[in-house]
Amino acid sequence: MWNRIRALIAKEFLAVWKDKKSRVVIIVPPLIQLLVFGYAASFDVNHVATAIYNEDTGIAARELVARFEGSPSFKIVSRISREAEIAEVIDPKDASLVIHIGQTFSRDLMVRRPARVQMIVDGRESNTALIILGYASRIVADFNNEWLRTHGEALPPARLVVRSWFNPNLESQWFIIPGIVALLTLVVTMVLTALTVAREREVGTFEQLLVTPFRPFEILIGKSVPAMVIGMVEGSVIIVIAVFWFGVPLRGGLSMLYAGLFLYILAVIGVGLMVSSISRTQQQAILGAFLFVVPAVILSGFATPIANMPALIQDLTLVNPMRYFLIIVRGTFLEGLPAVLVYDQLWPMALIAATTLTGAGWMFRRRLN
Amino acid sequence: MTDGKTVTGNGSAVSGALPDAGSMAGLRLRGLIRKEALQIMRDPSSISIAFVLPVILLLLFGYGVSLDAKHVPVALVIENPTTETSSFSVSLLNSPYFAPMVMRDRPTAVKALIAGDAAAIVVLRSDFERQLLSSAGAPIQVIVNGADANTARIISGYMQGAWQKWLEQYALDKGQILTPPVVMEQRVWFNAEVRSRNFLVPGLIAIIMTLIGTLLTAMVVAREWERGTMEAIMVTPVRIGEILLGKLIPYFLLGMGSMVLSTAMAVWLFGVPLRGSFGVLLAVSTLFMLASLGMGLLISTIARSQFVAGQVAIIVAFLPAFILSGFIFDITSMPTAVQFITHIIPARYFVSSLQTLFLAGTVWPIVLTNSAALCLIAAIFLGLTRRKTHKSLE
Repeated sequence: MWNRIRALIAKEFLAVWKDKKSRVVIIVPPLIQLLVFGYAASFDVNHVATAIYNEDTGIAARELVARFEGSPSFKIVSRISREAEIAEVIDPKDASLVIHIGQTFSRDLMVRRPARVQMIVDGRESNTALIILGYASRIVADFNNEWLRTHGEALPPARLVVRSWFNPNLESQWFIIPGIVALLTLVVTMVLTALTVAREREVGTFEQLLVTPFRPFEILIGKSVPAMVIGMVEGSVIIVIAVFWFGVPLRGGLSMLYAGLFLYILAVIGVGLMVSSISRTQQQAILGAFLFVVPAVILSGFATPIANMPALIQDLTLVNPMRYFLIIVRGTFLEGLPAVLVYDQLWPMALIAATTLTGAGWMFRRRLN
Repeated sequence: MTDGKTVTGNGSAVSGALPDAGSMAGLRLRGLIRKEALQIMRDPSSISIAFVLPVILLLLFGYGVSLDAKHVPVALVIENPTTETSSFSVSLLNSPYFAPMVMRDRPTAVKALIAGDAAAIVVLRSDFERQLLSSAGAPIQVIVNGADANTARIISGYMQGAWQKWLEQYALDKGQILTPPVVMEQRVWFNAEVRSRNFLVPGLIAIIMTLIGTLLTAMVVAREWERGTMEAIMVTPVRIGEILLGKLIPYFLLGMGSMVLSTAMAVWLFGVPLRGSFGVLLAVSTLFMLASLGMGLLISTIARSQFVAGQVAIIVAFLPAFILSGFIFDITSMPTAVQFITHIIPARYFVSSLQTLFLAGTVWPIVLTNSAALCLIAAIFLGLTRRKTHKSLE
């Protein structure tokens, strides 16, 4: 029996490998994606195109502007002198921020009336807008402290000392790239397994497979092993690139990471084979894979935190294997997640894998009989 | 085969008076479109990609995805409770952004942070009250979990707001009015409440149309190559231009249909304002649809197998539309090399137009430059497809 399965596994490997196009497709694009997305997928905001609308001739206004000029977060692209010009620079996205300092700014400051400075932000990109406002308010707060100190006034009774753990410079890359390990492993394994049975059925070789003495679970194993091997290799390559190319710190143990990767791929294979066994054509299989992959990625915390989702949708994420693996992979990379906490993520994935693989086996049997 | 019937039906006419070439071409094209439409109708997966997938995506993004952090769990460590510390924790409690959990010591808080139960730790040290009176001021230590850099940044921004509010309250309790030297006023244009839904839902239309224009089209046409039915059509008197048009028109209509559906959902279900003109939106969408169809046809012509076409479509069209288009991630903050790459991605021009047309209005400089780029890309892809398809027949 094991000989038979071995032969089947070898056949499945060959089916992927002998076709030059599919060989290229499972190797080259994931690497390109990792590089391009590793650099592109970032919530960091820098060099914000800023226009200065300064109506005040005083020195204090100039000092405030100088603080923005000196910050790497902002890039002054133009200086405007009329109210109407605000729309002219914001509308066509020439500037994302306009800093408006009114005529009375320096005068107000001197007589200790609150001197107002207006920040007009382009809200089309809401996240960027929030971050720009955060940066601007920090610069204004620094300016205030400096002003109070040099003018011999009392500082506020309390001050915020913000520190960031695990990622002191708040680099988005450190968050996104471990996530890409989960993302690309999901896409590659899913497409690979979803198409296996569908392709055979479309070409007609599935019937041939049925008349052989293989039992359903043997076919299941034969289809799973190559996907597992390819997924593991693909995941490992991405992990290596993340560490050595992108310099993301790997603080936790590899054994826990791999235990997670194994169960994660197993769960995805189960879903992939289920999709594959219910679709009659490759197009349907791709659609099925899509219908799983897209919600799985969106509801995993990959790009946006699960904590921001409504309660009902948060409950829905509990059946998503990617959710658990993301916690493991990010925790292992950045936080050195303790083993106890990894177990909390491992058993739900094991449960999902057991369910989906059983489901796939059942559907196979139903198809066969 | 439906088009087979159409062709034989015409055959009898040929023996008599030759019909003029124009009406023949029209008939052939009609036949092809009919065949394609039937094919779409018969395969439930095509209809699902065109109408079910957009609805699912819109619901997921509209309800599920949010970059707006609210009720962030914060471990508030108060080492020595006093009236001052409780006034601070009340100001955190009153903020819609935080859900503070009061703890007595740091180790418990650190445990909560590592387990992911808290996104940040705020520490008021035991000498908080005494330090308040010192000249340097009392330190409020905030530790954010930087693993998610974006959320960390937003949390520290919110924390700054809460701190400022508390300072005002604190001064008020002491019978003073806090007057900071400079007061920052903020105005967020086009999206006053800074709702991330208003930003994400318009861009989603680009993703949906990419799915139909590129992924679905590439798969369907690759299937014809795989099964050999493409060759079968080619031996009929149908011209290549007609074959391509026969493919383009039905999927074009499908894509535009889903675009109208998505716009309706965006406006009526999610309350995203449509401030620009719908006519202009329709026009830009047409250009984008042509560009993605051109890309889909080109992929299928080159790949000629559904497996490869599907993969390639996901990698060169779907994922870039997601990540490199400005749909979620800000293009101007990307490294220069990556910014350069984004220029060859049609979704980039469409997402920018969508966000502007929905939220800002019809801003002609943006609409026109983006349309010009889309025109160029559509022309290149369609032209290349025409040439590639021609060569393969020889």
